[in-house]
Amino acid sequence: MSNAYRTKNSTGLINKNKKINFSFNGHTYHGYEGDTLASALISNGIHLIGRSFKYHRPRGFLGVGVEEPNAMVQLHEGNKSEPNIIATEVELVEGLKAKSQNCWPSVQFDIGEVNNLLNRFFPAGFYYKTFMWPKSFWMKIYEPFIRKAAGMGVAPLQPDPDRYEHNYEHCDVLVVGSGPSGLASALAAAKNGARVILAEDKANFGGSLLTDEVTIGNMSGKEWANDTVAQLKSLPNVILKKRSQVFGYYDHNMTVMIERVSDHQENPSKYTPRQRLYYIRAGEVIVSTGSIERPISFGNNDRPGILLASAAKEYMTVYETLVGKKPIIFTNNDTAYSTALEFLKNDITPVILDTRNNSNGELVKEVKQKGVNIRFNSGIADTKGHLKIKSAVIGELDKDKENFTNLENIDCDCICMSGGWTPTVHLSSQAGNKLKFNEEIDAFVPDKKRQRESAVGAANGSFTLNQSLAEGFQVGFDLSNKFTDNNIETNTPNSKEPKYEKHERLWCMPLPQGKKPKRFIDFQNDVAVSDVELAIREGFRSIEHVKRYTTLGMAGDQGKTSNLNGLQYVSNIEKKIVPEVGHTTFRPPYTPVTIGAIVGREVGSHYLPTRKSPIHNWHEENNAVFVAAGLWQRPRYYPKESENMNDAVNREAANVRTNVGICDVTTLGKIDIKGPDAPEFLNRVYTNAWLKLPVGKARYGVMLREDGMVFDDGTTSRLSENHFHMTTTTAQAANVLSHLEYYLQVVWPELDVNVLSTTEQWSGIAVAGPKSRELLSKLFPNIDLSNEGLPFMGLVDTNIDGIFARIYRISFSGELAYEVNVESNFGLHMWKKIMDVGKSFNIEPYGTEALSTLRIEMGHVAGAELDGRAVPFDVGLNGMVSKKKDFIGKRSLSKEAFTSEDRQTIVGLVPLDKRTKIPEGSHIVENDKVASPVPKLGHVSSSCWSVEYNNPFSIAIIKDGKNKIGKNLFAVSPLKDISIPVEVVSSHYVDPDGERVRS
Amino acid sequence: MLEIKCPYCGKRSQNEFSYGGDATVKRPTLGEEISTEDWDNFVYFRDNPRGKHTELWHHVSGCRQWFKASRDTATHEIFDTCKMNEAFNE
Repeated sequence: MSNAYRTKNSTGLINKNKKINFSFNGHTYHGYEGDTLASALISNGIHLIGRSFKYHRPRGFLGVGVEEPNAMVQLHEGNKSEPNIIATEVELVEGLKAKSQNCWPSVQFDIGEVNNLLNRFFPAGFYYKTFMWPKSFWMKIYEPFIRKAAGMGVAPLQPDPDRYEHNYEHCDVLVVGSGPSGLASALAAAKNGARVILAEDKANFGGSLLTDEVTIGNMSGKEWANDTVAQLKSLPNVILKKRSQVFGYYDHNMTVMIERVSDHQENPSKYTPRQRLYYIRAGEVIVSTGSIERPISFGNNDRPGILLASAAKEYMTVYETLVGKKPIIFTNNDTAYSTALEFLKNDITPVILDTRNNSNGELVKEVKQKGVNIRFNSGIADTKGHLKIKSAVIGELDKDKENFTNLENIDCDCICMSGGWTPTVHLSSQAGNKLKFNEEIDAFVPDKKRQRESAVGAANGSFTLNQSLAEGFQVGFDLSNKFTDNNIETNTPNSKEPKYEKHERLWCMPLPQGKKPKRFIDFQNDVAVSDVELAIREGFRSIEHVKRYTTLGMAGDQGKTSNLNGLQYVSNIEKKIVPEVGHTTFRPPYTPVTIGAIVGREVGSHYLPTRKSPIHNWHEENNAVFVAAGLWQRPRYYPKESENMNDAVNREAANVRTNVGICDVTTLGKIDIKGPDAPEFLNRVYTNAWLKLPVGKARYGVMLREDGMVFDDGTTSRLSENHFHMTTTTAQAANVLSHLEYYLQVVWPELDVNVLSTTEQWSGIAVAGPKSRELLSKLFPNIDLSNEGLPFMGLVDTNIDGIFARIYRISFSGELAYEVNVESNFGLHMWKKIMDVGKSFNIEPYGTEALSTLRIEMGHVAGAELDGRAVPFDVGLNGMVSKKKDFIGKRSLSKEAFTSEDRQTIVGLVPLDKRTKIPEGSHIVENDKVASPVPKLGHVSSSCWSVEYNNPFSIAIIKDGKNKIGKNLFAVSPLKDISIPVEVVSSHYVDPDGERVRS
Repeated sequence: MLEIKCPYCGKRSQNEFSYGGDATVKRPTLGEEISTEDWDNFVYFRDNPRGKHTELWHHVSGCRQWFKASRDTATHEIFDTCKMNEAFNE
């Protein structure tokens, strides 16, 4: 049996000297270098490859390339396993493992096939009709059942181990498809000096030239293709890409292409990506994607062994594989006769059925001359053979071609059908081209373009070689002239190919009398003629509705072989012409694309950039546990020995309250603001007054959005008359900068101010605690750090070890505190220096958790309170709002809703038992015993363990908060199923008068 | 992905820019009395036209300049872009 189905002559692209072993459904086979999984299986006599989506009918190969709707397999095993791979697109590689999907226990015997016996219970729209009620059944019972039964392949649960890359590529002219028109346009454009990319989906350039017997100039088609590719390769302005599918056409001529880089390699090097995704913004795109053969609908036209005539020919001419030894060729046009001639070359005489009354095309004559009996006016009514085609019921058609006469059963092992050709217009359509119907070829072709896209050759409905070449050379030259002044035109060579007669407008065979076999239109989605009839009977008229109701032309296949036959059938029933029925939208991707390729390298920690402070390594060496703060990695806490997080955080926070702590605050946003109008600008941006801030002083500021909500807060200091240093929260740094730029450039361009981010130029180190002054005085003996020398909100510039340092007396922790800023490069040096001197003061580093504890105890608001829903009044910042001047968002604050007394405002909460921590996000209610929904007063925004009082403390935002102080309420967390009795207290829990920071 | 011509840097891909909404909205003058209705119109209400739209873009991963673009919201065609203090060439 092994490789029994090979052609006599080795004129294809198979290397018989290199055997390749592979396995399918657990059996081992071999093929040769140059085979696809499909051709290798067929050469071993295997057509049965899977089960259909809905009825689990046995299915084989219909096509030879991207058009294949049936032959989807599960490739590889374990974490490399990949479902729904089209076997015709898989190049054979040593050790390849493939298996059928959508079948159990095996592809030969599939339990799911019972669906086929019950098919009258599974009409179009079955799921919509049957699983409507009870509603609650959908999620738990129906949906999982349908998923399991109507499955495709299985996605692996482990992460994808392969590498995928993203590239940007640039060109003047992108040519998609390397058939005759594609090669012609690439050559014409390239010779004229334009930068060209030529993309070919298959492993070989040439398209139809690899299978058709034609002459171009004095060469065969295949020779001319090779010669043209060699010329293109020699040109420096050309990039040739095979195994590369342009699958999407997006706005402004952005196309996306996937290249299969190492799928076909036996041992790819470790650093070779599996696939590469290219973004190509092309100056012009030439769509030379060719055409796809149309199937014909007849009874049981989906049995393994029934395939497109062009596919059968390509298997013979390119892959040296015979799809069968007892073929029937069934056609409504001339092109299928070239398949007959290929069989004849292998001493196989096919039975030929032609729906037409006659044809005098050159190929037809040639076949006749070879003594083959052609049965005109004939068709196939039905077929037999369970797992593979065994025979066909054929007959003559009556005058109207609406009934069969004289049916007979003849044996066969394959049927090669041809219903003519459909231009591959997917990319043009994706680009926004309004297609038009060409009645000469009974298909849609590109018409009015919206983008810089031009279809040539068969994709444009030009089916003769002469037309294809002429169009290719002309369009390639014309478009390249937009980019060069060379004006070098390449002459179109003469070409010779057989003359064809016209096809017949017949794509659906009548049913045999008294029988109703299924006549499939869409093989991938299991849509038959009867389903389309039903949809129309049930009142669906719009073609888009018919598509969704029947699933015709949907999913991975995007209707490559089915769309036009479906439209044709609808138009037959509706007695309309096809253009009136219209067509559905073609969507990207043209072929299925692996998710890994779309994701590229942006996986795991590469999903986003990681920002680290210059002190990061020190934190690492000192056992810090990190937390993401936006893109930044910040130390969360520094556990010692067996400490858990709570212990560590309490120790760190308590040490700040009693001794001195050090915290890396490099991540705070910093913006340098300069210009004569800088004070005026700040006065407009912040809610408080800025005109009179003295040089050398810092001030806390709050900024709003125009809708009155608090946007950000931070301290800004005046370094000189017209020079300010603004700090923002870590999270809002980028947004604040954009906000400032917006007002300076768009709203008040008359203000003479410049803003610049200096976040990464400065490293900030907070030194906080009662001993911080002593510590810094020891480190900087030359400056006066007394309360008079450097009062709260003051700043001083100094030098240490030749390094410039700016010391601010500001505090987030509520303790006496300083922030030392140095140039980023010296951040680590300064940090170590402070740690060194600090030893004798029991200094300890503290992370973001302790930082939170300290600010929560003090009632300082942060992101959890400033969540975009709070006006200043809500979070105790009313004192920051100037009544005298106008500023961004001020007008909103006087709106009725924002001045209402019972708005939710900030308070503190202490659990009555002084032990139970209150989960953040808990709801605050007055009575936790009433039936739900319980009226909600507000929510808990931040929680901590107060190190000052040694009990839990939380900040909450609750309705009419000020008047609730002293009351007992409940903090309820339905998620954790707890209800905690709490007392409402002031949010300023520790040092409410702020004496410590001023001490 | 759109291709947008920054009036300062030239043509760049959309992922370098952020969108800034209707460019014809004028912020009320600071310090001037304004009715609640007019203020609400400024803060909350925007037209959502199908077709030509004058809008703001910010070259946020580039020169950080805000500029104006005239774009068709249905087809994404960008007719022109210009600096804030310029007018379109139409």
